[in-house]
Amino acid sequence: MADRRYTKSHEWVAVDGKTATVGITDFAQSQLGDVVFLELPSPGRKVAERETFGVVESVKAASDLYSPVAGRITAVNEKLAGKPELINSDPYGEGWILKLELTGGLPADLLDEAGYQKVTEASAH
Amino acid sequence: MRTPLYDRHVALGGRMVDFGGWDMPQQYTSIRDEHFAVREAAGLFDVSHMGRLIVEGARAEAFLQQLLTNDIAAVEPGHAIYTLMCKEDGGVIDDLVVYRETAERFLVVVNAANRDKDTAWMRVHLPDHVSMVDHTLDLGLIAFQGPRAHELMPDDSSATDGIPYFGFQPGRVAGVDALISRTGYTGEDGFELFVESDRIGGVWDAILAKGKGAGVLPAGLGARDATRLEAALRLYGNDMDESVNPYEAGLGWTVKLAKADFAGKAALVRVKEHGPRRTLVGLKTEPANIPRHGAAVAVNGKRVGTVTSGTHSFFLGHPIALALVEAASLRVGDTVVVDVRGREAPAEVVKLPFYRGSARSALTPTRS
Repeated sequence: MADRRYTKSHEWVAVDGKTATVGITDFAQSQLGDVVFLELPSPGRKVAERETFGVVESVKAASDLYSPVAGRITAVNEKLAGKPELINSDPYGEGWILKLELTGGLPADLLDEAGYQKVTEASAH
Repeated sequence: MRTPLYDRHVALGGRMVDFGGWDMPQQYTSIRDEHFAVREAAGLFDVSHMGRLIVEGARAEAFLQQLLTNDIAAVEPGHAIYTLMCKEDGGVIDDLVVYRETAERFLVVVNAANRDKDTAWMRVHLPDHVSMVDHTLDLGLIAFQGPRAHELMPDDSSATDGIPYFGFQPGRVAGVDALISRTGYTGEDGFELFVESDRIGGVWDAILAKGKGAGVLPAGLGARDATRLEAALRLYGNDMDESVNPYEAGLGWTVKLAKADFAGKAALVRVKEHGPRRTLVGLKTEPANIPRHGAAVAVNGKRVGTVTSGTHSFFLGHPIALALVEAASLRVGDTVVVDVRGREAPAEVVKLPFYRGSARSALTPTRS
């Protein structure tokens, strides 16, 4: 998974050509606890880099979701409506959230695996 | 701080979070699975973070009777009672359980986050010849809760059939000396087990080993909060605090105004006379709308109160919440509007508790 990049707000993005797939990290799902519900946008909407595109609700709290990249949403993971727990069980696979068509380049401040690991180690006490 | 079971929580994959100054497991595997285990088989909780005090002496009963709202004098040895401790203005300092061991010896269990506050308050009022010793660190506490807990006690344990709800006995669990109490915070039948800290790990292991094939799981704070909320058991700091009085919290049944003078009595007599200004109600919402602590509750555009606790109940299949609202503003069946992430969501006022588990007693009123 060398091509996966991360944000400090715990989203991940994997880019294949002009298509980016976005989700939340394993660390994020473990911090949230059992996910109950996701409020997600419809395909077609444009999002800016770092724009809020939805909300993930766990038993503990509601958290905003931020887009790591700028793009136009081409797909939303429909399975999450009926099985939000996919976020917990497979955050990098079946628990993906959005697919976007990139409208710009990748932000320079996205983290690689090692960089993101430092962020999670700092926030885990 | 860490309980004597900390290493076991980590080994079981527990996700540790701070709770009242203690590193406690939020969950081990999944809050949903742990919640269902408690409702359908049994769950094992570490509650060693709660404060445990031994109050002893010829005047111990009079001392507790003077500080607490419930009638401690009416409690026989071997029985426990749920009670509140109030300030002179009637605000709730804490909710606690008092276990009467003998005529002159009581075990008092208080909330973890309130231990320092409670002991300071109690010490100010402590008379001569009554001792109060904090045993939180040397006496561990685990809660084995669920409809099958009684049949899944480990081998070499004392019989529990004779222990009534809110009763307790000294005995053995998995060959280890324990105080076995038929109490809990989930709405289910089950036991709270007081065991010396250096031996509690063996009891924990034996219960999990015995229950392994029967659906018993270690359960964390997430499942504890969900089960207590379904049973409408109040959480101090969320549903009540020093600005809330017992009648507002729906706990008037713990206030015995017929007792001789006790802390807060004069203020509580007045509240009882005039009726409480606010009341705690149950709310139910659609799955996408989870009311959270602090959210506004409104009727016809007018704010009537605030959500005190809210979560999604996996077991009931919808979110549930408690809200402190203006007295007489709402009735069961009414529809209100609750703020969910800045938008208005409909909620129905429902009867409490949301769920009645296997905990049963002919003698002790349910806490609703």
